[in-house]
Amino acid sequence: MTTEVDLRGRAQRGLDLEPGLTCRVLEAFIRDEIEKFGIQRAVVALSGGIDSAVSCALAARAFGPERVLAVLMPYRTSNPASRADAETLVGQLGIPSTLIEISAAVDGLLGELDEDPSPVRRGNIMSRARMIALYDQSEAFGGLVVGTSNKTELLLGYGTQFGDMASAVNPIGDLYKTQVRALATALDVPAAIRDKAPSADLWVGQSDEDELGFDYETADQVLYLLIDEMYATADLIAGGFDADLVYELQRRVVRSQFKRRLPLIAKLSNRTIDRDFRYPRDWGR
Amino acid sequence: MQDIRLALAQIRPALGDLDHNLALHLDYIERAATAGADVVVFPEQSLTGYFLSDLVPDVALPRDDPRLDPLREASQGIDVIFGFVEETSDHRFLPAAGYLHHGEFVHVHHKVYLVTYGLFDEARDLAGGGAVRAFDTRFGRTSMLICEDLWHPTTASIAAADGADVIYGLSSSPGRGVAGGTHELGSAETWRAINRLYASLHVCYVVHCNRVGFEDGVNFWGGSEVIGPDGELLARAPDFEEALVLATLADAPLRRQRTRLPLRRDEDVSLNGREFARIAAQRHWQDDDRG
Repeated sequence: MTTEVDLRGRAQRGLDLEPGLTCRVLEAFIRDEIEKFGIQRAVVALSGGIDSAVSCALAARAFGPERVLAVLMPYRTSNPASRADAETLVGQLGIPSTLIEISAAVDGLLGELDEDPSPVRRGNIMSRARMIALYDQSEAFGGLVVGTSNKTELLLGYGTQFGDMASAVNPIGDLYKTQVRALATALDVPAAIRDKAPSADLWVGQSDEDELGFDYETADQVLYLLIDEMYATADLIAGGFDADLVYELQRRVVRSQFKRRLPLIAKLSNRTIDRDFRYPRDWGR
Repeated sequence: MQDIRLALAQIRPALGDLDHNLALHLDYIERAATAGADVVVFPEQSLTGYFLSDLVPDVALPRDDPRLDPLREASQGIDVIFGFVEETSDHRFLPAAGYLHHGEFVHVHHKVYLVTYGLFDEARDLAGGGAVRAFDTRFGRTSMLICEDLWHPTTASIAAADGADVIYGLSSSPGRGVAGGTHELGSAETWRAINRLYASLHVCYVVHCNRVGFEDGVNFWGGSEVIGPDGELLARAPDFEEALVLATLADAPLRRQRTRLPLRRDEDVSLNGREFARIAAQRHWQDDDRG
């Protein structure tokens, strides 16, 4: 069925958010969902990108700067500007930080492999090495890991399972990339972080939008309409969105569903974890 | 109606921790009584927390359960409206709003419209009630509804037609919708419209008590409020924060507004009864026919 609605305008309005209200909810979320577990500290993997900057700034507001540890984990090929931007934010927020080079760990693993792994495999190894270091810092600092995956990445599966997708609580997982940008402005994230091209920085010169083959602004509009507004792909195409892009995004969402769920458990008993044994995570809290 | 000095107890219950929540209730009841309140109202499932899933049978109580004795005792000096999950003798679990006075339940309302869509899954764990009633209290005729009940405008219509001068709405309303250009959540905006509409059109007081806090990442936004019979906001608790807020529900404004706007006098309950009975009968026949 075709529609007369201006879908692009509808998506733009839907993606436009009230930053003050959003920050208020997200700060309370971080504080409440961590304090329930008797903990008042957080650790954040700070990459120098906009997502981790926003998560870090929100955590600093939630607990006060001294209770949030920024963990910087460069690899030897990481863009030096990423580290510099992360350090600028650390200074601005007045939070403690620690630098953990992952080069030796990653290269050690890579050296054990018989073949030269693909860039994706190398990227995944780096991402999971960072997860190991981050969760160790979580234990050492006594703070829970605050996640840095946004809704766009999570929906597209553009992240490493058990790597950068790992966290205890994620304040930005229901915010599309363009909404994270709006929040970054409200949180006074430095312009250098806000303005640069998004990059997973897993290899030299990597750009998210080049690798994905589309820009975040359009992707967010399509995803918003498909997911949040529950339009059909045909509605979007009739509304003027590029058919190939719409199908590609839809395909990515479907294909990456496994990344957003716990590993499947073979059902045998009458009460299987997460199937018919369903307790809230905040059980008794 | 008799004037009511009301206290809204906008609390943050712990999920599935009856002991903690009971202590929380006693604290707020004492504070409300000290502040001179006649009635204190708590949110939906205030005694249990909201997103219970498999915790339901662990926290459900029959209304004569001795664990409710401290609440009964606390209602000697102040009427207490609170939310819990009631277990029936045949072991159904129903979301309930209880009205306690002098240690006894004056009335228990069971949530009629369980909410099972989007982020809600109530019908998996809970049974729904089958009645909407007004009942008499020492202050006059009152009705209690629970959250989703109020998203069906007919429940408020029944309560009003049954003579309720005050409609108490108990909620655990998740906050969502952070669209630009407004400083309140989309869910808050809708609720405020609902409360104001019912108060204005049924020419009665609407008391909406919503909780705060988080459960599994979902926020409850608070913003509990009292709306007068002319649609005026009489009291509102802050968004997102625990609070005890006082308001006076007086008879004089009710009389004045019903004189100016005699909607309730003119409401044709028989018409509603006839037409709904006809529609129900037709629907029943159609459902059968569809086979």
